[in-house]
Amino acid sequence: MKQGGDRPPPGNGTMVKLGALNLKDKLLSRIVTPEIDELVAKMPKPVGSFGYDPWGYHENAAKVGLGIVKWLYEKYFRVTAHGLENVPKKGRVLIVPNHSGQLPMDGVLIGYAIATNPDGPRAPRAMIERFFPTVPWLGNVLNSFGAVIGDPLNCSKMLDGDEAIIVFPEGVRGSGKLYKDRYRLQRFGNGFMHLAMQHKTPIVPVGVVGCEETMPAIANIAPLARLLGIPYAPVAPPLPLPARVYLNFGEPMFFKDDKLSEDEVGERVETVKAEIRKLIDRGLQERTKIY
Amino acid sequence: MADKKTVLVTGAAGALASRVMNRLQAQCNVIAVDFRRKVETDAGIPSYRVDMHKRGFEDIFSTHQVDAVIHIGRIFPHESDRMRRYNANVLGTKRLLDLCKKYYVRQVLIHSTYFVYGASPYNPALLDEDTPLKASEITQDLVDSVELENLAQIHLWRHPELNITILRPCNVLGPGVRNSMSILLSRPLAPVLMGFSPLMQFLHVDDMAQAMVMALEQNKPGIYNVAPDDWVPYQEAVKQCGCRALPIPSIPPILPRAISNALNWRAFFPPYLINYFKYPVIIDGSLFRETFGWKPKRNLNDIFSLYRRAKKMAA
Repeated sequence: MKQGGDRPPPGNGTMVKLGALNLKDKLLSRIVTPEIDELVAKMPKPVGSFGYDPWGYHENAAKVGLGIVKWLYEKYFRVTAHGLENVPKKGRVLIVPNHSGQLPMDGVLIGYAIATNPDGPRAPRAMIERFFPTVPWLGNVLNSFGAVIGDPLNCSKMLDGDEAIIVFPEGVRGSGKLYKDRYRLQRFGNGFMHLAMQHKTPIVPVGVVGCEETMPAIANIAPLARLLGIPYAPVAPPLPLPARVYLNFGEPMFFKDDKLSEDEVGERVETVKAEIRKLIDRGLQERTKIY
Repeated sequence: MADKKTVLVTGAAGALASRVMNRLQAQCNVIAVDFRRKVETDAGIPSYRVDMHKRGFEDIFSTHQVDAVIHIGRIFPHESDRMRRYNANVLGTKRLLDLCKKYYVRQVLIHSTYFVYGASPYNPALLDEDTPLKASEITQDLVDSVELENLAQIHLWRHPELNITILRPCNVLGPGVRNSMSILLSRPLAPVLMGFSPLMQFLHVDDMAQAMVMALEQNKPGIYNVAPDDWVPYQEAVKQCGCRALPIPSIPPILPRAISNALNWRAFFPPYLINYFKYPVIIDGSLFRETFGWKPKRNLNDIFSLYRRAKKMAA
């Protein structure tokens, strides 16, 4: 004989599922506030029928990302940003900062600053290291926030789409440098200048101060990095330290599409580098406390 | 009937070729060729079962005055070993092109694949037609696809009178399509690599057939990607097609290949295609769309709902 009491009441499974769903929803609603919803609505991107663009950007993911970074930006790194009015409200632009701090935290914070720019928010794209796509989960997550690998073809198609793109011409040379080399600009690649010239794109230089102190590295274990297939393996704090971060956006720089030798392009890159150095110095002067 | 073009279609037993032939019937004399079997055709359509790299193939050209060739027939890697496949796909195509020269065929349409670009973590999105073909760097099992392309490309510039058009479509799906992606999405359980969900592009087989017919009618030789302006991550596509995702460990890279080998998933999740489930190969189809004025009629949801419905019917 069947006894109803022995069995769990019907629909229990769905109740548990609903509970889990509620928790997820609650967490999501804590992260994605109406304020962020409104912000993302202000910066639409052309996407396909499932909400993805060809590089993997997705609006909902970007909202979650912004929600999390909001806390990092305001509470943890207590960012001060100057000169955001220099970022054009629309049209193509290359944002070119110095790179530091082992993790690409500087890119994240600059991205947030541009996305929440009171002078006109934009959903920026960041050009990231080529090894990221090979990291499970992280690669897809970064793509969904709008980051793509730093390939000239990617950059060129995005500039044609009038996007704002963050490029770190120092690459891993900048982010992986040791604490003793802090605020010393490494060699800049020339690629960004070629793209700016070909696509008639203004360059907005940015000086980042503070990220060097988030992850001071005393050494780089190169053999370990090779073994793991990552660009560098720093001896550094396991998590970023809460240093105050100062972002100084400089005035847009324009370069004509002249026929130049590589050396002459290099000279133009030096002018951008010099501008970034000035902006870094401004940030260093402004800073009174490191942490 | 003499003023009608005569079009030879290879791979006639397949879903794509049969749709192409249906569309051409009214305006052309169609000849159906397949290496698998003699295809059942309507009255008046000659049908042959023949291996392209064998001698009997030439007889078709000597009995019919062929004006154009649509080359779709291909042995998939899961259907045969590497050696036989190379003979059929590469040497067969070489022979086909030689015969086209000998018998003054005036137009050749080659059905290639986006696989030739290769799934590399360094791929930018929206690959143009002039991107290097890197598939053979990743796996020997795709060498024949790349070689076939190279062969067609050499003939494209050396024999302009052949008017060769090479089409590189993204994943083609639809009723009756038996490529690995279609077999995979027809299954109740679809393997996915943990932590990887690359963007993909999908095209309905009817839209692809339409693209081929337009390419034949307008005759603008060259190399073209064929893909819609729409993108979806693989794991989302799996869900939309009503499959349950079966997560497969992705690290170290040898592991998913070993699993695929051990469980004999050659037909739908073959070891040599693992990278295509890991890294996106997004192609830019704008050149074809603008040159030929083609636009797919069915969107992603239309395509996925076919697979969803088929599963519901089976259940």
